[in-house]
Amino acid sequence: MELLNKVHEKLKEHFHGDIESAELLYDYPVFTIQKDRIHDVLKFLKEDEELNFHFLTDLCGMQTADEKQLGVIYHLHNMPKNYRIRLKTFFDINKPEVATATDLWPAANWMERETYDFFGVRFKGHPNLKRILNVDEMDIFPLRKEYPLEDQTRVDKKDEMFGR
Amino acid sequence: MTKKDTTYSINKEVIEEKEYSTLNLGPTHPATHGIFQNVLKMDGEIIHDAVPTIGYIHRAFEKLAERRPYAQITPITDRLNYCSSPINNMGWYMTVEKLLGAKIPKRAEYHRVIIMELSRIADHIICNSVIGVDTGAMTGFLYIFQWREKIYEIFEEICGARLTTNIGRIGGFDNEWKKAAWDKIHAFIAEFPKALKEFSNLLERNKIFMDRTINCGPISAERALAYSFVGPNLRAAGVDYDVRVMNPYSSYEDFTFTVPVGTQGDTYDRFMVRQHEMWQSLSIIEQAIKKMPEGPMHADLPDFFLPPKEQVYNNMEALIYHFKIVMGETDIPKGEVYHCVEGGNGELGFYLISDGGRTPFRLHFRRPCFIYYQAYPEMIKGIMLSDAILTMSSMNVIAGELDA
Repeated sequence: MELLNKVHEKLKEHFHGDIESAELLYDYPVFTIQKDRIHDVLKFLKEDEELNFHFLTDLCGMQTADEKQLGVIYHLHNMPKNYRIRLKTFFDINKPEVATATDLWPAANWMERETYDFFGVRFKGHPNLKRILNVDEMDIFPLRKEYPLEDQTRVDKKDEMFGR
Repeated sequence: MTKKDTTYSINKEVIEEKEYSTLNLGPTHPATHGIFQNVLKMDGEIIHDAVPTIGYIHRAFEKLAERRPYAQITPITDRLNYCSSPINNMGWYMTVEKLLGAKIPKRAEYHRVIIMELSRIADHIICNSVIGVDTGAMTGFLYIFQWREKIYEIFEEICGARLTTNIGRIGGFDNEWKKAAWDKIHAFIAEFPKALKEFSNLLERNKIFMDRTINCGPISAERALAYSFVGPNLRAAGVDYDVRVMNPYSSYEDFTFTVPVGTQGDTYDRFMVRQHEMWQSLSIIEQAIKKMPEGPMHADLPDFFLPPKEQVYNNMEALIYHFKIVMGETDIPKGEVYHCVEGGNGELGFYLISDGGRTPFRLHFRRPCFIYYQAYPEMIKGIMLSDAILTMSSMNVIAGELDA
């Protein structure tokens, strides 16, 4: 809670109006940032002397439950002080574009490629944005909810009795 | 067609165009210990550039997990870093327990510590003995590898499986460990130090081994942090980051151990860090056995924990729970958590978003291998091909974890 307030104060000072929400989920402060400002926020958090989130723990994509938006989630870490926060940004699924973080962390390179591979998020400014785990010929983005895991024409798995 | 000017005057400097040869290392090559492909641009035997291709054993774990009940995701985690699958299992259980807000009894946590440290030793045995093999020292590998087998026998006594263990349950363990398992653990603790000492004597101060590994594939602490290195590879570069100390989970705060740190981040340092971690793991296991508290082996989570068989046959509630668990009919509260454990290769994270259903809405594995393997081309630039092989094995890149 302390960390949440501290980061929130700092962010409000510099990015007033770009923070869509700030909350504490379990032990993690979580901020939702406007997608046009996400790169500035990441850069600020990395370079700020007090917060200094110098380590990109994780970067991954997600799709919102209404299937209309995609999101990118960043987990940042300040090792000496052991601060961990999570940043999220959401954008329209028909225009999935967000600025790359590869200029801040080279580690973001493959993680962004993975996110592109599975969700089709196009990272502007990425040096080599192509598929990484799936075959190059694939023309879908498999982790989107519109592609169900199993063939939906199957009837033997439909189980009304247990309400699945 | 343009004709090249082949006449050179005596004063004109002759500029030779350098030609590089392309070498395909992998995907299946005995020296790469897994399915990795690297297209190398070679200048003689010096590597000029490398382009890794990954994904050869991609199994769509994150998509699979979206259709599975929580208990059935454990076998998926087994197959991430299959050299130390119990750590992955425990990490996954702790993630779900965090989401549920469950309180796990100390006794179960201590058992988890023992099993995690055993698998850490198994993981490091594989990595270090293979470093030895890649430098040409087969002996150490032959001596120490039977101890990995003994660890697998312990797993077998506890859960019946060896490699893909699926050990324990959400909430603790299914049973008290059998006497046979404890006997094997005690025998392991008594005899393994001797074997490890022998292995250390063979390699640690061996002139040939040191000449071969020191300054081979180094990475500085700044670059390692920029590439999000974790675990032994980051510690070899001189950063003392260990999840067990930084964010203690499963009662790790109860034990005293040191975090070995290297200085140069080269192959030798990575080897030595793993070597010392094995000693620390042994000490943690000893402490856990000595301090083992009494109490139940699992938390009070009837929704996740199979009831005893005799109750299933005689008691309606137990039968209902048994059925619900087996069919995967338990709902999980809404929420999102990130939990990380110190795996064999460092911070193994589980980012779980639950929408309140029976399966995760989204599950993302933070796989340390996948993230730090992208530094490999930078690390092998300008070194010999045989050193590149050594660098890869000392980074302990596991194909299962890399490709998910």
